[in-house]
This record gives sequence, structure tokens and C-alpha cells, in this order.
Amino acid sequence: MELKLLTYLVVGASFALYIGIAIWSRAHTTGDFYIAGKGVSPIANGMATAADWMSAASFISMAGLIAFLGYDGSVYLMGWTGGYVLLALFLAPYLRKFGKFTVPEFIGERFYSRTARVVAVICLIVVSFTYVAGQMRGVGIVFSRFLEVDVTVGLIIGMGIVFTYAVLGGMKGVTYTQVAQYCVLIFAYTVPAIFIAIQITGNAIPQLAFGSEVTGAGISLLDKLDDIVTSLGFNQYTDGTKSRIDVFCITLALMMGTAGLPHVIVRFFTVPKVRDARISAGYALLFIAVLYTTAPAVGAMARYNLINTMQPGEVGSVDGNLAYSDRPEWFNTWEKTGLLKFEDKNGDGRVQYYNDASDEFQDSAQKFGWQGNELFVDRDIIVLANPEIAKLPNWVIALVAAGGIAAALSTAAGLLLVISAAISHDIVKGIFLPNISDRRELLAGRIAAAVAIVVAGYLGFDPPGWVAQVVAFAFGLAAASLFPAILLGIFFKRVNKEGAIAGMLTGLVFTYGYIEYFKGLFLKWAGSPWGENVTEQWLFGISPEGIGALGMLLNISVAMIVSYATAAPPQHVQELVEHIRIPRGG
Amino acid sequence: MTPENRAAYWRANLRLVAICMSVWFVCSYGFGILLVEQLNEIRVAGFQLGFWFAQQGSIYIFVVLIFFYAWRMNKIDRQYDVDEE
Repeated sequence: MELKLLTYLVVGASFALYIGIAIWSRAHTTGDFYIAGKGVSPIANGMATAADWMSAASFISMAGLIAFLGYDGSVYLMGWTGGYVLLALFLAPYLRKFGKFTVPEFIGERFYSRTARVVAVICLIVVSFTYVAGQMRGVGIVFSRFLEVDVTVGLIIGMGIVFTYAVLGGMKGVTYTQVAQYCVLIFAYTVPAIFIAIQITGNAIPQLAFGSEVTGAGISLLDKLDDIVTSLGFNQYTDGTKSRIDVFCITLALMMGTAGLPHVIVRFFTVPKVRDARISAGYALLFIAVLYTTAPAVGAMARYNLINTMQPGEVGSVDGNLAYSDRPEWFNTWEKTGLLKFEDKNGDGRVQYYNDASDEFQDSAQKFGWQGNELFVDRDIIVLANPEIAKLPNWVIALVAAGGIAAALSTAAGLLLVISAAISHDIVKGIFLPNISDRRELLAGRIAAAVAIVVAGYLGFDPPGWVAQVVAFAFGLAAASLFPAILLGIFFKRVNKEGAIAGMLTGLVFTYGYIEYFKGLFLKWAGSPWGENVTEQWLFGISPEGIGALGMLLNISVAMIVSYATAAPPQHVQELVEHIRIPRGG
Repeated sequence: MTPENRAAYWRANLRLVAICMSVWFVCSYGFGILLVEQLNEIRVAGFQLGFWFAQQGSIYIFVVLIFFYAWRMNKIDRQYDVDEE
């Protein structure tokens, strides 16, 4: 069957499934809408958390990033999984015992302050909108490439689907849709990986194929990859270019950020018991690990396939490079999207793909008659183009499209829900209308969700950068603001209102300011970024991606100093801390 | 629950957390980042060991750690009689 038709069928069927689930699991109370009535089993919650968590960045961008970064890509692998250990050990069980609806609600009660609650809402909204902008761009890419519709139309369709099940079903609808979305996305991710692993190494398990010998080459995939990338002037695959301190800080910021992301934390409010919250974090990470251990294998194999396609013969020989007129079909289709570009700089009609920034390779390139790298590959297309590069059947390609959309939609829905809960529960009920009825609060939640979807869609038209990078900043912000506040609230009884507020503001302002200064985020209209984004300019050599780690330390230091300089928290708050620390009674 | 019991329960929890966090740190930041070059000299199943820890091993260990923590914590809960039946 023709690819386009097949893709419409597969994606359409997945949409029908999501909407069916949403109608079946409509929310009737605010409890259903915010935390799915606390009735979700730990395994289902683990699956939903995994889908909620694995965004367009994980599905579409991560393997592509790793393919080009090599070892440096490890920051995403460790950073986006290690945070679950922090969640399980430091946050999830205690927040479940607390047993309310939102993260700002915890911060507001623990620090007995409306101001703290409002500051937490601001942190939450900044973090969530930064993140959601990345998702919307992911939806746009998938729609424009596979369904060949305009990005705008794609975004509107995506918004419509999320609108239906997030507004109708609230947390309950979103949770069960996410379970289905997890199944779709993990199947879509692993199937092509297995096919490609067999093609290259004959080993069907990508995690093992990654270290296996390339069929007929007598050398392992990673060694072979190191050889061919260095022969084209690129950095060795298994070695990095980032400094040690930067790798350390980025990993740390991503881990703390993971543990501080409101849409992930709130998932642990939905299980029946404290012990379920702990084990549920384990299931979540197990389901996530299926994709996260496959991704580096996909990255390595994709890089290998890409270079082999462009450089089928010996480096330097005239017919060693792919002739543009012989280019494969996928080359053609991706060129149309502008995400793959070829420019014949030396006019020989062949594709030279190499690292023209490498000084050592300059001489060889000159000798070969190469006049610069001629191929531009957007990293975001690696996973999507991978099945085509490996010549897999059309149904696999259609499946990958549905998987990418599932990943983006599930995360977007989770994010929109925490934004709407923060507005209807923390702002409308918590601040302005404390006596609002349950039914009217539910209505307010639905309206807030609808408004948030429109804003997110708007951000999707003009996203501030590419998917994984934008998302990486959301982590830095969460690491520097929400994570320390919650951690201190549970583990240090002495931390008071003044300390927590000062800490959160310091962390948020410092981290946001640093990112805006070097990268430009929301203030591009005012001329940001103002600084030159190079190692020499960075504070202690830490990049904007890793600065959240420093923001987190600042937050904790400021919170501690200010707390000890001011009065201890009142008795009832100290009792609240005692209460959440033990699973039963208290 | 007496205040002493409460404090002992919390100490037992913190001890377990400290053990888990040490493993967490050593496997990711230790083996995967700080000692990666030294470990890359060792080869296991086609992988340089440091690289393997950074891109595979640390993730497996994280999963095991959470299940271990949940299992031990349930035991501690029962021991101090604070488990949810």
C-alpha cells in the first residue's frame, strides 16, 4: 500500500483509540480531574508516567542527538533516567502521603504561605510552557513530513485531539490514554531498532547489537564507527568534546530537573498508597529504560548507516562518495522538508559529508578536491528517517509516525493538565474563590486547560529552538526552582517560608537569566541572547544546559541561610512534616 | 508511635537512602563520567566499559536500585509498624 495512505490509516486508528478511551474514562469530580480519583494501579501508573515522561524529545530527538554527539549524548541518557531514583527516594512517597492535588499546594502548605504557593505556580508555568513548546514543534515535524499537511494544520489537528481527551477526561482520561500511547510508542520505537540491528550485526537485541560485530567486518560496531567517523575528520564516537565539568553539571541538572517536573511528580498523587508510589516509580523507570537503552543503539546504527550511504566507497577515491543523481528516495523526500540539504560546493555531482571544521582533516580534504561539507542533516530527522534509510517496509514507517505523535501528545496532555490544575486549584480556588463548589472548580479546570492548549499551540508555531534543547532548559529551570523547595520541605524541618521563597526565586531568576543571556528564550524581541555562547564566556565552564545544577545549589544555600536567620516554622507545620514522613497515621 | 520510634524509623530510612545514593553516584557520575577514560581501557562484549556504563549500565542499575529501595522500605515499614496493612 502507498506510504501516505498507510500512515493516515495507522495514525487515524491511534487517534480513534485515544478518543474512545477518553469518552470511556470521563472525569466526574475534581478528584478525577486532578489525580484520577487516586485509583490507578502502580503498573498502569508506571506506564502512564513513562508515556507522560517520554516526549517528542525522547522519541524523535534523543537518538539523533546521540548519533551526532557520541559519548557526550550520555548526559541525556543518564540525566533523564537517574532522576527517577531521586523521585522514588526523596519525593514520591512523601508527596503521596501528603495526599493533595498539586505541587504548589504542597509548597503552599509546607511553607504556610500563599506567596510561596504563587511563586511555585509561576515556576510551574514557566517550566511547563517551555517544555510544551518543544512538544508542539515535534507534532509539527511529524505531521508535515508524514501526512504532508501544512505545519499549521498539523498543529491544529494535534491541539484538537489533546483538547478532546484532556478537557473531557482530566487526569483520569489522560492516564488511560497514556497507557495506550506508551504501547504505541514503545512498539514503534523498538520494531525498527530490531530490524536494523539484525541488518547490521545479525543480533536482534539492539542493546547487545550495539556492542556486537558488524556482519562480515570482523570488528565491533562501535570500533567500526570510531574508524569511519575519524576517517572523515569527525571526533571519535566513543569519546566526547564537552568538558568533564560540563558533562557532570548537565547530567545533574537533568536528573534534578526530572525529579522537579510537576507533570511527573503529580503522577505519584494518583496511586492508592504510599508503597504504590515507591514501586510505581520503579515500574515507570523500567518502562522508560526499554526506550532509553535502545536509543543509544539506534543512534550508533543510524550514524553508521548515514555515513555508509554518503560514503559507500573508500575516503578520497573519486567514486567513494554517493553520486547525487543516485540518491535514495528518502534523501529526496527529506530534502523537500528542508531538514536535509545538499549543496554541491565543488561541483562534482557527488555528496561529500565530512567535518570541515577539523584542522587536521583540512589537508586531506584539499588533496581530495573537497571544498567543504556538502550535506546538512537536521538531528531531529534521524529517528524518523531511520526506517527509510534502512529500507524497512512501509508499515514500519507509518508506525514510527504514529509513535512520534503519541509521544508528543501524551507529554503535551500531561503538561497542559498540570498548568490547568495550577490555575483552577491553586489560583482560582486557593487565592480568589476559596468557597467555590466542586462542579464550578471542575469547569474552571476545563476552561484553563482549553486556554493553555491554545497558548501552547501558539508557542508551537514559533518555538524558541529545536526540541531537545528547549526541553533541556525546562529541566534546568525545574532543577533550580521546584526540586530543592520540595526536597527541603520534606527533609529539613527547619526550613521556613522566608527561606523557601528566597531560595526558589534565586534559583529561578539565576538560571533563567543565564539561559536567556546566552541562548535567548522568551525575550528574543528585546534582543536576547546578549552573550556569546562559548566556553570561555561561561561561568566555571558550565553551559546554559548545565547551569540548573548551579542554580539548584544556590537555591539550597540561600534557603538554608535565610531559614536559620529567621524564625522556625510554626508547630503545626513541623507536625505536618512528621506526618508525611511515615506511611501510616501520624 | 513514640517519638523515639519515629526518630529510629526516620534514621533507618535515611541510612537506606544513603546506601542507594552512593551506588547511584558511583555508577553514573563515577564510572560514566569521572572515571570514564580509565574504564574505557577495559573491554567487555565489544564495549569500552566506561562508555557502556554511561550509555547502558547506569540505566540498568537505576532500575534495580528503585525496586531494591521499595522492597527494603516495605520491610522497614512493617518492622516499625507503620505499613499500610
